[in-house]
Amino acid sequence: MVTTASTEGSSLRILGVSKSFPAPGNAAVHNLALDTITLSVAAGELIAIIGPSGCGKSTMLRLVAGLDAPDSGELWVGNDPITAPSAERGLVFQDPNLFPWLTVSRNIQAGLIARGLLHKKRPEVNEFMRLVGLEAFAHAYPHHLSGGMAQRVALARALINHPKVLLLDEPLGALDAFTRMRMQDEVLRLWQARRTTMLLVTHDIDEAIYMADRIVIMTPHPGRIERTISVTLDRPRQRNSPEFLRLRSDILEQLHFAGNAKGETNGRTSLDNNVDVDSVGKSNKPPFSPPDEPTTAPIMSGMTGTQD
Amino acid sequence: MLQTGQQQVIIVPQTVNAPVPKSAASHTVALKARLQTLLAVPVATSVALAVHLCLPNNELPLEAHLYSQFLAAVLGAALAADIIHFIWPGLRRWMRHMCPIFAAAILTLAGWELITGILRWLPLPYFPAPAAVLQSMVDDRALLFDSTWHSLLLLLSGYVLGVVIALITGVCIGWSTRMRYWGMPLLKVVGPIPATAWIPLAMVVSPSTMFSAVGLIALAVWFPVSMLTISGIANTRASYLDVARTLGAGRWYLIFRVAIPAAMPSIFVGLFMGLGTSFLTLVVAETVGVKSGLGWYVSWAQGWAEYGKVFAALIIMAAFFSTIMTLLFKVRDRVLGWQKGMIKW
Repeated sequence: MVTTASTEGSSLRILGVSKSFPAPGNAAVHNLALDTITLSVAAGELIAIIGPSGCGKSTMLRLVAGLDAPDSGELWVGNDPITAPSAERGLVFQDPNLFPWLTVSRNIQAGLIARGLLHKKRPEVNEFMRLVGLEAFAHAYPHHLSGGMAQRVALARALINHPKVLLLDEPLGALDAFTRMRMQDEVLRLWQARRTTMLLVTHDIDEAIYMADRIVIMTPHPGRIERTISVTLDRPRQRNSPEFLRLRSDILEQLHFAGNAKGETNGRTSLDNNVDVDSVGKSNKPPFSPPDEPTTAPIMSGMTGTQD
Repeated sequence: MLQTGQQQVIIVPQTVNAPVPKSAASHTVALKARLQTLLAVPVATSVALAVHLCLPNNELPLEAHLYSQFLAAVLGAALAADIIHFIWPGLRRWMRHMCPIFAAAILTLAGWELITGILRWLPLPYFPAPAAVLQSMVDDRALLFDSTWHSLLLLLSGYVLGVVIALITGVCIGWSTRMRYWGMPLLKVVGPIPATAWIPLAMVVSPSTMFSAVGLIALAVWFPVSMLTISGIANTRASYLDVARTLGAGRWYLIFRVAIPAAMPSIFVGLFMGLGTSFLTLVVAETVGVKSGLGWYVSWAQGWAEYGKVFAALIIMAAFFSTIMTLLFKVRDRVLGWQKGMIKW
């Protein structure tokens, strides 16, 4: 289902990256936020990263963006090492973080102005405003926009730089369920049009399955990649197809394990291998039979967002 | 309300489609409000005229003409506005808003005259009646105008100089940690000294009093503006800066297009505080050193015991300062138009 036009995206390699932060209140103790993470992403791939809070998802995005530097390890985009923030790696947060003193159209222009390209690329501003369907709001200020509209502006603002990698840090997390589903389609449409490599951090398992080529499941304390799952369902995906639901319950179990057994090392993974999914995770732990009762651990309650 | 409603019911039955009593009542209320708007200023002015002309006045009768002419002019203008407002909706809206406060101001004048000129509750040379104040204002208009002009020049040059320096120091100290290390102690030690405390020193050091007055006003403005610029810049939301960096922003973009706009609300608080201290410093500097301006005029008139002129200068000062304040609010409304829920001046 890959109708590749031209790929704007670039491959991304994260090689043995670790990052720790001083513990709050005690600078002598360091918490390991990321523990030798290795992940390689193909050009034009859409990766979803899920996991409980504190598993280092956002830290990883900040490292890829170049906003923070790793303690050890390397990050590469294509053939270039990541050393500083750059317009070729766009970042969209959960809060759209639009500049409130600029109108919608000026917010979208920000990247062009910052790079001194406005006079050359001015027509693109309207093009991107059309792309996210906000021409009518060109001269509105951000406080007049709804959450979904503001997030669309934030997307357009990041995309106008034609980034090789787009980093999405729970971009739809603050939206209501209906807006979120519409925005998921919108992001997919943009992705399919441009084939930008995307890293999507999310709390929403359905969102991950609905959108991603691969799902990276992370565990906290220290932040590690627990498992990587390829999603091979055909696009557009049906949110209530049996395969979708099966995959969903598998991931729930996986996270249940991750939530309860943090710090444990005796590994119990649960993934049916006969699902429409092949597991390419680095995990070398043996599969085991699913627990008796369906997963309703407290950690799940916030993660089952958009089920219709 | 109930009573008026009943009246309507009694009157209306002649027509077939009788309006609902409630709407008729609200109509009467609206009519009453409109009458209040129309009559407020004329009635208040008539009261003031009556107080002025009919009650026995102990002051010089010579001065009476000008004040009664003034009141008559106000009355005439109010009546003219009452007529025009029927055909000009803009004026109608403005009058609905402004008429009560105008009426109150004119009644205050009448009260002032009652206390000073007629009842003589206050010692006379110090508290002249409004008629006397108006008379001195008109008699001495050339010197008052000249004083106002000089005050304006001094205020603007000091304020602009202070703001420019404060913005530069504020942005530098707010943005760079090294500048903060060296600049902040200076600001913390020197800033809180009231600018007027430097007057003895300023007189000695500077070549002219005018020059030292500009410096003092600039100093008075510098502290609040730079302090609030620093806090605004230093408190720029980190995520705005992060986003800008991932959009390809360099250092100058981050400072001039992210940090400074984000600090604008805080900078304007500083500009208003600075304006307040600059008024104070201006008047003190004019009173003790500079030989022109409204502050000088007040102390000069006081020296001659011409308290009519003192009050005249105070009234002009009030109008002058509040006009400048209003202008700054207008600038702020323009610059910070993007903010939600701003308080209007």
